[in-house]
Amino acid sequence: MAVREQVAPSAQIRAAITPKRRLNWGVIGRYIAVIVVLFIALAPFYWTAITSVKIDSEINTSPPTLFPQSFTTNNYSQAFLSVQPAFAKDLLNSTIVAILTTILALIFGSICAYAIARTKFMGKSAILAIILSVQMFPLIALVGPLFVFFTGTINVYDTYVALIIPYLVIALPVTVYFLTSFFRDLPPDLEEAALVDGTTRLGALWRIVLPLTAPGVFTTAILSFITVWNDFLFGLTMTSDSNAQTVTVAIPLFNGEHQIAFGEVSAAAIIVTIPLVIMVLFLQRRIVSGLTAGAVKG
Amino acid sequence: MATTTQTRALSAGKPSLRERLDLGNGLFPYFLVAPTIIIIALVAVYPIIDSIRLSLLDNPLVPAGATFVGLRNYLQVIGDPAFRNSIGITISFSVISVALETLVGFGVALLMNQVFPGRGLVRTAILIPFAFPTIVSGMIWLLMFNAQNGVLTYLMQAVHILAPGDTLLRTPNGIVAAAIIIDVWKTTPFMALLLLAGLQVIPNELYEAAGVDGSNRWQQFWTITLPMLRNALLIALMFRLLDALRAFDLFYVLTGGGREVQSLAQYSYANMFQATNLDFAPGVAAAVILFIICAVVGIVIVSTTRLSQN
Repeated sequence: MAVREQVAPSAQIRAAITPKRRLNWGVIGRYIAVIVVLFIALAPFYWTAITSVKIDSEINTSPPTLFPQSFTTNNYSQAFLSVQPAFAKDLLNSTIVAILTTILALIFGSICAYAIARTKFMGKSAILAIILSVQMFPLIALVGPLFVFFTGTINVYDTYVALIIPYLVIALPVTVYFLTSFFRDLPPDLEEAALVDGTTRLGALWRIVLPLTAPGVFTTAILSFITVWNDFLFGLTMTSDSNAQTVTVAIPLFNGEHQIAFGEVSAAAIIVTIPLVIMVLFLQRRIVSGLTAGAVKG
Repeated sequence: MATTTQTRALSAGKPSLRERLDLGNGLFPYFLVAPTIIIIALVAVYPIIDSIRLSLLDNPLVPAGATFVGLRNYLQVIGDPAFRNSIGITISFSVISVALETLVGFGVALLMNQVFPGRGLVRTAILIPFAFPTIVSGMIWLLMFNAQNGVLTYLMQAVHILAPGDTLLRTPNGIVAAAIIIDVWKTTPFMALLLLAGLQVIPNELYEAAGVDGSNRWQQFWTITLPMLRNALLIALMFRLLDALRAFDLFYVLTGGGREVQSLAQYSYANMFQATNLDFAPGVAAAVILFIICAVVGIVIVSTTRLSQN
């Protein structure tokens, strides 16, 4: 991303005339702001992480301890061994469903994005608009008809199929949006050379565009995975037990009727988010550039 | 791949297929977008239409015996105080949280538009809430807000915002406030990143010219930054507003799936899945109403963006 200082010359001149006072206040104010932003962004994550390794008696002490005095991995093993909810099985379900959906979304999304990025055809902007607007659908409006369909017409309720079908609808817009942006950034020269040599368009996509945009494709896959992984609504309404139940549905189930299993919930929350946090940190540059491409280009 | 098969099937017998594949014009792009469009038509567009049909039946869960009841479900929903309450909660939650996200996001974007050591660190840090599943964000804040040992409850009691033994989550308004706080925490990064991208494409020459003309930073903000950001801002606003209007996960986790404080989506869900079979169709009707609200908001913002471009 382009980095430049957004200070107008007049301000620079003024800053040059009175260097000490302006510089100090600006820098101090900025660092206070940075510290506040970092603190607010990270504190809840820190709190969950330390709660997940505290023993129960420390979790319930008042005032709360900012640095854990005890250390246990018990909460993690209890979360994994939990039967109600079947956390480990739900974790597996989420992983399988998110991977399968991502693969399908990449197959359909890449050829769609390729057509949008590289060819001109009537109705292209309308098609793109429809695909992107689906991302903003109130998904609850899809739940009723899909539930009736999955419990009646085709009996797939509480299976992976009942999740993958609606998940494609939330993964495809993300996939098409990001892949189109990454494909557009690739100069078309190499493909054109391959097309002249007699490769088909799909051949060029498979052998040239996808390998050359591999980091972008990988980023897109991760974002699709995260989008599906983070869903709660379909997981809640399209499954009834650990046969297909996803891990986000398991999280609130740790709370019993009268009490919250604080340590276990915290451990479960960390288990569910650590892979996402690592993936996002690893790919942050590409995620930001893909995310903001549309807003800038219009 | 599915497309290859479809391409063959649809254009069988035409000798120029190979040529058109190579040239990438004519009908070929349509074959490439077809699988995605078909999936979206079948799994997103068709269910919306089917929602309208279901919302006009008495009991869609009984395959054979459902009868057409006209607008009865809509009338029943509109007459339900819980529904009107959920509309109020959804709108106040959406407006307040999106307004706060815009203000805070603007501040963070202006901060990140400066060059300073640690700038990358800020961007990295704010992406962490962004990656969290909403249900997990809700849960970790619920733990911090809980009456028994929540750290935020302890702090708020210590500074006397709350009475001893009290919790923010005791009252419906408190739950909505908590939902707003969590939503702002989680989605401000999105706003900030979109606005930052908008800030970075404003040509520096504009500020230089304004500086020569003698305008100060504050005047430059109103005459250059804000007008130039208009489109990025409108797009970000639309994404956030439509996302806030359909809020479900946060309210579900904060109320433990209970019905005392409901967003519109949750009202719809509760009717479909937590009540009797006869409440299913009214639940679908509420979802259709939510869809219409979102569609109107989306169309208004898109046409505002278009107008500003022309």
